[in-house]
Amino acid sequence: MNLAALLCGLLFALDLGVAGMTDPTRVLAFLELRDPALMYVMGGAVAVTLLGFPRVLRRARPAQAPCFMLPRRRAIDGRLMLGAAIFGLGWGLVGLCPGPALTDLATGDTDLLLFVATMLVGMAVAPRG
Amino acid sequence: MIGAAAVLLLRQTGRIAGVSGIVGGLVPGVRGDRAWRLAFVGGLVLGGLLLATLMPGALPRGLSGPRWLVALAGLLVGLGARLGGGCTSGHGVCGLGQRSPRSLVAVLVFMATAMLTANLLRPLLAGGGQ
Repeated sequence: MNLAALLCGLLFALDLGVAGMTDPTRVLAFLELRDPALMYVMGGAVAVTLLGFPRVLRRARPAQAPCFMLPRRRAIDGRLMLGAAIFGLGWGLVGLCPGPALTDLATGDTDLLLFVATMLVGMAVAPRG
Repeated sequence: MIGAAAVLLLRQTGRIAGVSGIVGGLVPGVRGDRAWRLAFVGGLVLGGLLLATLMPGALPRGLSGPRWLVALAGLLVGLGARLGGGCTSGHGVCGLGQRSPRSLVAVLVFMATAMLTANLLRPLLAGGGQ
């Protein structure tokens, strides 16, 4: 299971890179509505999960684990909205979200290290729901 | 395809490929539940190293804007993702793929906020319209 997770992370990072999501300059251009390309990237990714998830969930269990672990929370509440708004604020400030930030750690750049460090602090201090 | 990695992770491990959820489960984390999370994050960084070799143009050289802004953005991204129960991959790629109304609301809120921030707030804070 850990090898599968590692390979999925690797594939995920390569996909982000090929799609242009690992470059905050391009993400900002998308958010500033100057470059629609990433909209197609997102749309394509959702199309794949829309088709793929139901097929996978028809299985009795995952290939390498005893059961599926799906999000149970359904509520559309203040916590969700506030969290999403705070997330969007941070994302729009430098053009980085968690996946690309971790992938870009490979550059060894101090800005990226700083971003990931404070991101982990933010995650750790977030109140549990 | 980013979606393919998410489908493959669900198929093999039964887990949702939401990066903030996977990483958030590491701080502090629960015994016995850390290894696969670390493996996924390791895969991301390994993928980054591979990208740096194969297509170096895909990775950034630093971030634009002052250090304090980078630090603040990271803090907000981490806090917001955990509070809101997901980020671009969790709510966006995976949540929408499950036709979750909750994820749709989250995506609309964070897209709108990020677009407003990038267009209006960032130019004021990042300095010189970098």
